[in-house]
Amino acid sequence: MSDDALSFFRDHFDLDDRALTRTLDTTLEREVDFADLFFEYTTQDSVSLEEGIVKSGDRHLRQGVGVRAQVGERQGYAHSDEVTVESLDLAASTARAISRTSGGVHSVAPSGTGRPIHDLYPVETPPTEVPVERKTALLLEMDAYARQLDSQVQQVMASVVSQYRHVMLVSSDGRLSADVQPLVRLNVQVVAADPSGTRREVGYQGMGGRFELERLLQPAAWKPLVEEAVRLAKLNLEAQPCPAGTLDVVLGPGWPGVLIHEAIGHGLEGDFNRKKTSAFSGRIGERVASDGVTIVDDGTLEQRRGSLNSDDEGTPTQRTVLIENGILRGYLQDRLNARLMGVEPTGNGRRESYAHLPMPRMTNTFMLAGDDDPADILRSVKRGLYAVSFGGGQVDITSGKFVFTANEAYKIEDGRIGAPVKGATLIGNGPDVLTRVSRIGNDLELDQGVGTCGKDGQSVPVGVGMPTIRIDELTVGGTEG
Amino acid sequence: MSGSQDLTVIVERALERARSAGADCVDALLVEVDSIEARVRDEEIDFVKQSRERTLGIRALVRGSGGLRSALTSTNDLSPAAVDRMAEETVALARATAEDPFAGHPAEDYATDLPDLDLFDPNDRGINVESRIEDARRAERSARETDPRITNSEGSQVGSEFARIVYGDTRGFLGEYSAASHSLFSEPIAQQNGSMQRDYWMTRGRRLADLEDPGDVGRRAAERATRRLGARRVTTCEVPVIFDPVTAPSLLGHIVACVSGSAIYRGMSFLAERMNEVVASSLITVVDDGRKPGALGSKPFDGEGQPTRRTVVIENGRLVSWLLDSYSARKLGTATTGNAARGPGGAPSAAPNNLWLEPGEQNLEELIASTGRGLLVTELIGMGFQPITGDYSRGAAGFWIEGGEIAYPVEEITIAGNLGDMLQSIDAIGSDLVWLGRTASPSVRVSNMTVAGE
Repeated sequence: MSDDALSFFRDHFDLDDRALTRTLDTTLEREVDFADLFFEYTTQDSVSLEEGIVKSGDRHLRQGVGVRAQVGERQGYAHSDEVTVESLDLAASTARAISRTSGGVHSVAPSGTGRPIHDLYPVETPPTEVPVERKTALLLEMDAYARQLDSQVQQVMASVVSQYRHVMLVSSDGRLSADVQPLVRLNVQVVAADPSGTRREVGYQGMGGRFELERLLQPAAWKPLVEEAVRLAKLNLEAQPCPAGTLDVVLGPGWPGVLIHEAIGHGLEGDFNRKKTSAFSGRIGERVASDGVTIVDDGTLEQRRGSLNSDDEGTPTQRTVLIENGILRGYLQDRLNARLMGVEPTGNGRRESYAHLPMPRMTNTFMLAGDDDPADILRSVKRGLYAVSFGGGQVDITSGKFVFTANEAYKIEDGRIGAPVKGATLIGNGPDVLTRVSRIGNDLELDQGVGTCGKDGQSVPVGVGMPTIRIDELTVGGTEG
Repeated sequence: MSGSQDLTVIVERALERARSAGADCVDALLVEVDSIEARVRDEEIDFVKQSRERTLGIRALVRGSGGLRSALTSTNDLSPAAVDRMAEETVALARATAEDPFAGHPAEDYATDLPDLDLFDPNDRGINVESRIEDARRAERSARETDPRITNSEGSQVGSEFARIVYGDTRGFLGEYSAASHSLFSEPIAQQNGSMQRDYWMTRGRRLADLEDPGDVGRRAAERATRRLGARRVTTCEVPVIFDPVTAPSLLGHIVACVSGSAIYRGMSFLAERMNEVVASSLITVVDDGRKPGALGSKPFDGEGQPTRRTVVIENGRLVSWLLDSYSARKLGTATTGNAARGPGGAPSAAPNNLWLEPGEQNLEELIASTGRGLLVTELIGMGFQPITGDYSRGAAGFWIEGGEIAYPVEEITIAGNLGDMLQSIDAIGSDLVWLGRTASPSVRVSNMTVAGE
């Protein structure tokens, strides 16, 4: 696919190597440490259903180029939706304005095939080229199936989103990298009402990743998704108020890994640690989690939503160990922060689009499995909370305080799963929450491919995962004293 | 730089191409934004960013026997060939969707008066990035000079944005306006005994002259960060909770989610069947006004060419209006309120223009003094609100109130309740309305919430 990506840009924007080198050289006319050009051409479409009909379809085209110059800690960035030699020149002069000193170095001419070392998500049919009629037919089938499953279902909303992103990166040190990134997602939301009609609740499920859209069209994929959304909406109709206060909490496998993302992941991003604004700053080699807790960020998993062949600075993605048996081992780096901290980039320099500066970001971040039987973990808790599914979370990386919100949870009474409780926010302190992990299950799961991470106004797709774990004493934000 | 005529020509081309491709109604929105942004940490520039972006959104509706089929496209490739192709694709895509008897353009009259709402200052147009960087430097310096415990920062960030919005449709409306937005955001970090706290202060306005002095922004941000040092948890309890003007607008945001047209016709709001009922304490009056001069959410017409206006949503506790675009209005058998929000990449949907809670008489100090024992919330994190039930549970930080005075900072706690109960039990509203965005609120006190901590 990557060879295609390279020729795609050369053909589409009528660019040759000389034009690219010239732009980099314009950027380097002042004293600049490093410069790069990031080209993007992305198409996205979606169709959505509500009230039993496919009400709308949309299609978007986003193209452009971002030109970046770096001097020490400073970055100059200019971007344009017009990809022409003239706009490149103008952007280059703007980006280099952060440097006051004339330099006169020349860039190294880009070379190589541009092909990333990974090929994690080849597809035969770009998802945006699958006929829209197949997508609308899928949504209608899902709607009918949800209503047939249960008469309490009042409203079904579903959507299928397809994205196909071409990117190309050329840098002043001669790096040339191009990639084609497919991304698909299927969402379903169900409203159920109790027989008296006085209480309504929502159930939501989604799945996706970097694979053929065809896979989502299979009943084996979408039927369980609809069943799960209906089950959750009905379960919420039964849910009782959630307890408030400090409880022993068991987190189920998979999506609850959002805990890892918020409590640990953000705090280990290189920019915060270079600036020493993270609660984890300067703590490499220290114990930050219980023995047995190992956490990795891995951008090389096939077809996962958070995976990339190379990051948005052309660095190949990799598996980075963040915490090994409870000891803090490393940070997530882009090129700038790696250079300033004197370490190697880890393939985590990501950007939402050509209109954004890269930053250190997570890919797929998860805790590795332990040895415990999940049923034993539940049995070990006298009175607590069993949280199976989560919505979003947020963290203050400086104080270390993080939250994540459960949307499927049960009381644990004498080691047994009890009544379902309403969604509640759980809050903790990142640097010490994992020191209270007392049991780790043998059932590692990754999420279903729906995570989106926001940082500094930029959204990127990510993955999370976790085995069943027990955390002693976590604050649960319910209403029942 | 292209003149406004070029933008109009592109919009007209899109309308014409989509209509000749078979659409019965078309509308198109073109937004052009020139922006500069910069961040400074201590004395060093962190980044400087400049851009011009133009995006065109085309919506086409194709008539069938049972209603209109609709689709939307957007592109930032504005070459004539790309515009033509997108216009045609919009029509083709619309043909693949279902007929919807409620789809269509507004039945109401378009905006005919386009008042000057003071949305930009022509003198700001020549602003150079250096002077904005100097604003950020001043804020950064001021933050560090305010208190020796300010030892670090996430930086001070400035932004200036000039937008031109052109909207037209095949029924004959073609309108445009220009608007600017300038901001300064400062986020210092205070350090003491090995622990760190951050906080921020910001200023935003349509004109540079509307912004607070950078030195004041930095100082206020520094005071907010240092006062959080030494924060601890509290034991789980039920107490009165005061939301300050930084956190109170989030409550208005939750109300908006529950009075917006789409949430009502979908049955996804706990207020869906409560029109004309008392849903809040009699102290509560919530107003939206799209024509407040110089305000960040003001515009002469909404995303469907409808005149913006003043709409009272809750009056002395009684729910009196939804916020509507024309589609949700037709679904609910009523008229649009001129609240169709729309960017080039999305269909119109109801959202507030400038929305606020009418202030009361007491300042925040008086509210605290009359509280006795309780919690003052100055930061909320997480997304724990469910519009369909009103269930509310969020992470919080702030200050413990004891004997009518601030006792100490608190963190790592949650506050929880149900928005329906919370609105009914608001028993005091401050006089301190502050506009930090398009939604603003004075301090409010909820008489009882569950605080979870140790």
